[in-house]
Amino acid sequence: MKQKNTKNKSKKKTSIAIKKNRRVYLDYAATTPVRPEVYQFIKPFTIKNFGNPSSIYLEGRIAKQALEQAREKIAKILNCQTHEIIFTNGGTESINLAIFGVARAYKKFFKKPRIITSQIEHPAVLESVKKLEKEGFEIKYVSTNKFGEVNLQELKKYLNNQTILISIMYANNEIGTIQPIKKISKIIKNFRQKKYLPFFHTDACQAANYLDLNIKQLGIDFMTLNGGKIYAPKASGILYKKSGLSIDPIIFGGGQEKNLRSGTENLTSWMGIAKALELTQKEKNSEIKKIKQLRDYFQKNILKIPKVILNGHPQKRLPNNLNIIISDIEGEALILELDKAGIAASTGSACHSHSLEPSHVLKSLGLSREKIHGSLRFTLGKYTTKKEIDYVIKVLPKIIQKLRNLSAINFTEKN
Amino acid sequence: MKITKKQKNKKADIIQNKIPWIYSNIVKKHFFNPKNFLKPEEEKSLKFNAYGEAGSPVCGDLMKIWLYIDPKTEKIKKCRWKTFGCGSAIASTSMLSVIITEKSGMKINEARKIKPQDIIKRLSGLPDIKIHCSVLGDQALKNAINNYLKK
Repeated sequence: MKQKNTKNKSKKKTSIAIKKNRRVYLDYAATTPVRPEVYQFIKPFTIKNFGNPSSIYLEGRIAKQALEQAREKIAKILNCQTHEIIFTNGGTESINLAIFGVARAYKKFFKKPRIITSQIEHPAVLESVKKLEKEGFEIKYVSTNKFGEVNLQELKKYLNNQTILISIMYANNEIGTIQPIKKISKIIKNFRQKKYLPFFHTDACQAANYLDLNIKQLGIDFMTLNGGKIYAPKASGILYKKSGLSIDPIIFGGGQEKNLRSGTENLTSWMGIAKALELTQKEKNSEIKKIKQLRDYFQKNILKIPKVILNGHPQKRLPNNLNIIISDIEGEALILELDKAGIAASTGSACHSHSLEPSHVLKSLGLSREKIHGSLRFTLGKYTTKKEIDYVIKVLPKIIQKLRNLSAINFTEKN
Repeated sequence: MKITKKQKNKKADIIQNKIPWIYSNIVKKHFFNPKNFLKPEEEKSLKFNAYGEAGSPVCGDLMKIWLYIDPKTEKIKKCRWKTFGCGSAIASTSMLSVIITEKSGMKINEARKIKPQDIIKRLSGLPDIKIHCSVLGDQALKNAINNYLKK
């Protein structure tokens, strides 16, 4: 945490780097910092090679070449062809493009087109399909078990000849539960037989650091990735679209990205996401080992606190995720106390959200509202150390005790 | 430019230069150092003659309030509370307890007239989204006074 600042003298007026004030960042699922290797890699494209890839003169050709190299890099990792990669400005945009792109292109062929998704998707999916519902689509939400795994029987049941798209996330952002994507794609393949509909989209934003992204093995038609979760700049995204599938664009203009995502290429960020994806997938196995060990140690110690329970799947879960319910206290108050102690974490409590609605993911697990109010999510990352975890293990019980002393409720349930 | 191994494994320092807190400074003070809440060691020995509550844990906020009202003067001499809720819920109950016990205590007929806006004003304001749900102290107080008067 302590860092010698030799170069910062000139910047003193605008920024003060904190040495004494410890910050422990444990919200890597919210967003990640840009890793130094990525930062160095993209630097030339911010100030020097700034050209517009659509221009035919030298500056443009340099930019175009860099962009295509980035695309090749990604195609290699995903084991797909370069023209199957569409760059976007983030996870939400990729998801919107997949869902609305399919919906707009195929609506006309069906009486009551159906989209199947799960109850625990990211709002980018849920709000998109809600909008389509208003436009006459039929939306089916697959439920989950108490660990957050989607019910495959229900999914099978929902498949009909009006179904155009299934969107199920690879790993959940709140509880980290990993979905059996290969099984789901098999179910869909068996259903469609020789037809090419329905399509299968997966939101792999949270999965990209730890799970296999080999398209051929996963058997999917669309996949969303987000740079802001894999140590690349924010507002960088990828949509993988299987070769030959035609969808409608949702942004119109100069026809960039094969007419599917108009607007000048966000070159720096897209270079960043390519580099970051390459690095994170290369380091995946060693990173999983390291981070899982740290998380398990963290989990073991946190679950020793009375009336604290674990959310999500005990095993089939992202190795960096620890989501818990702390009885009798409210999540926002917890976050404020943790923040004061220098710890950044997240909650599914209503008071923390824009909508005042508690987490739809935790609701889907069958947890009661009063419990959800006391939910707390830690997500570890590349830079998390044992020292930081030890600090949280020391501080959290004290904060919980303080807030429980203030609390007007005291549930007497056992863990 | 090459990256050293040291740089590789170290994250950037967080820059924090006069970043405002999410609520006002008064809310901050009352949240981190709440006044008049019922401490566990007081629970058995507390002398009170009025009790009230408001809210529900399902909605995310529950407040309980204990008062000692002087039967002769009808002034609130002592107030203790407990709150399950977010930061502004805790701070607003703390502030309410200060309002009704300061200056030798508020008369109960005046205390009954306290509105959420009165508490919010003393807290230097709250975000709009928080006003409805987190200021329930006045209801718990009214409930306590009504219970006292029914006796």
